[in-house]
Amino acid sequence: MTASEQDFKNNPLGTKTTLEDVTDAFEFLDDWEERYAYIIDLGKQLPAFPDDARMEENYVHGCQSQVWLIHHYDEDTGKLYLLIDSDAMIVRGLAAIILVALNGKSPRELLTTDIDELFEELDLFRHISPTRGNGLRAMVSKIRDIAAAQAA
Amino acid sequence: MTDLSVANSANKPAFDVAAIRQDFPILAQQVNGKPLVYLDNGASAQKPLAVLDAMDRYYREMHSNVHRGAHTLGDRATTAFEGARETVRQFLNAGSTREIIWTRGTTEAINLIANGLAPRLNEGDEILVSRMEHHANIVPWQMVAERTGAKVVPIDITPEGDLDLDSFNRLLGDRTKILAITHVSNVLGTVNPVAELIQKARARNVLTVVDGAQAVPHYQPDVQALDCDFYAFSSHKLFGPTGIGVLYGKARLLEDMPPYQGGGEMIERVSFEKTTWNTLPYKFEAGTPAIAEAVGLGAAIKYLNGLDRAAMEAAERSLLERANQLVETVPGMEIIGTAKKKVPVMSFKIAGLHPSDIGTLLDQQGIAIRTGHHCAMPLMDFYGVPGTARASFAFYNTMEEVDQLFSALQKIQRLFA
Repeated sequence: MTASEQDFKNNPLGTKTTLEDVTDAFEFLDDWEERYAYIIDLGKQLPAFPDDARMEENYVHGCQSQVWLIHHYDEDTGKLYLLIDSDAMIVRGLAAIILVALNGKSPRELLTTDIDELFEELDLFRHISPTRGNGLRAMVSKIRDIAAAQAA
Repeated sequence: MTDLSVANSANKPAFDVAAIRQDFPILAQQVNGKPLVYLDNGASAQKPLAVLDAMDRYYREMHSNVHRGAHTLGDRATTAFEGARETVRQFLNAGSTREIIWTRGTTEAINLIANGLAPRLNEGDEILVSRMEHHANIVPWQMVAERTGAKVVPIDITPEGDLDLDSFNRLLGDRTKILAITHVSNVLGTVNPVAELIQKARARNVLTVVDGAQAVPHYQPDVQALDCDFYAFSSHKLFGPTGIGVLYGKARLLEDMPPYQGGGEMIERVSFEKTTWNTLPYKFEAGTPAIAEAVGLGAAIKYLNGLDRAAMEAAERSLLERANQLVETVPGMEIIGTAKKKVPVMSFKIAGLHPSDIGTLLDQQGIAIRTGHHCAMPLMDFYGVPGTARASFAFYNTMEEVDQLFSALQKIQRLFA
């Protein structure tokens, strides 16, 4: 299966599911169990990832789990679309939050979005901090590199 | 058990885990709002007050460089430093302190041995390791093999995680020059029958190297009884400080080996015409050593000597038994490594969950374990897993903590169900 332009645009994260949806939801989650149940559910919204895109150039290094990332830049609208996959559920959920914040934006918008601040606000900063070897940091750097290359 | 001796426990106080936990101040804290349950001892163990105090006192009262001899502080530092070497000698029951080399850890010790034995290796020679080795007992040998044309050959293991003795007997042959084997597997907890392996290897004049990193926190090895040529371990897994480890080697082999690094301390005389090496053990200790860390390691061993080791081992066995009994309470949980003889290390997977998911959600509940490949990728390949979750217990862990681990796992399992 190869990702079509439509596959990228069908990704609900950042389009149908907005950042506001997520931050609002977090306010009503009382304890860590509810929070992680929600994160796991968000991860289930990641669209299917094309098998033939699982190649070295799309692999995000520095993760305990396997993480894959591909992008599509829409020349007409000037927006960048992303697909992410991981075999770990929590990483999928955290990747979904990153997508909600960054997917379908223009590279310039994307580069001005402060992901650290968002994770801080959601009390998830430890997951993205440089001390955690779960690869989220690597994921965000890769997205920013892609955006920077498009914006250049 | 024939390969591991247990210290005499006569006249020692009974094993009281609550009292012992008082000796480890780091354990009495909350993590993520829950009492810390530290089950990552296989990665690094916590330090008793005796170690913290010894290092603090060393820096406050006696620090200076060692082996210089010009002043009182230098004498005090040297006495403390060499006293620690003697403590390690007794711990391993080595014949002489000349056979106790300070290194940065097990990894450096094995690199030192591999480098030192390289001149003995020729094209086609074989170095036997096992499939359950830590990378630290694979990669240094591969590097030496690359240089010399020798080959690194892995001994098979059984699906249960025992060393396959038939495979060992088959592979131990005329081309075998070195047997480098772990005493205890860091992933599986398997205790290998090293005494038997060493005996068979020695009968064929094969040099023997034992990676003791995971064994010493649980057992006190007797290097003379084992009759191994080399034995290596790290301080930080033995409740001592990081940054220091020990290489035991038979004096006649160490004498024969070239130095590992050049510099101060390791020389007898330096000139541009000819430089000669210092005597053992200093020949292998270039530069100013980790003095406070050596003192700290000495204090850790003395602390352990004050405990009833037999009772300690019994307590550890109970922890593992309890954990094994509770496995069936977590649907989909499976233990990786069910060898007959194990230290309290439990690698596991839970169907449908990635090890990193398990680690993250245990951390939320104050429980520290290790997840990942554990620096044993060939072993992960053998079991066909990307990694495992591993709970590794120490004598200061309690039965309640085992129960907490399992109720936390049940909670996680429900979260994903």
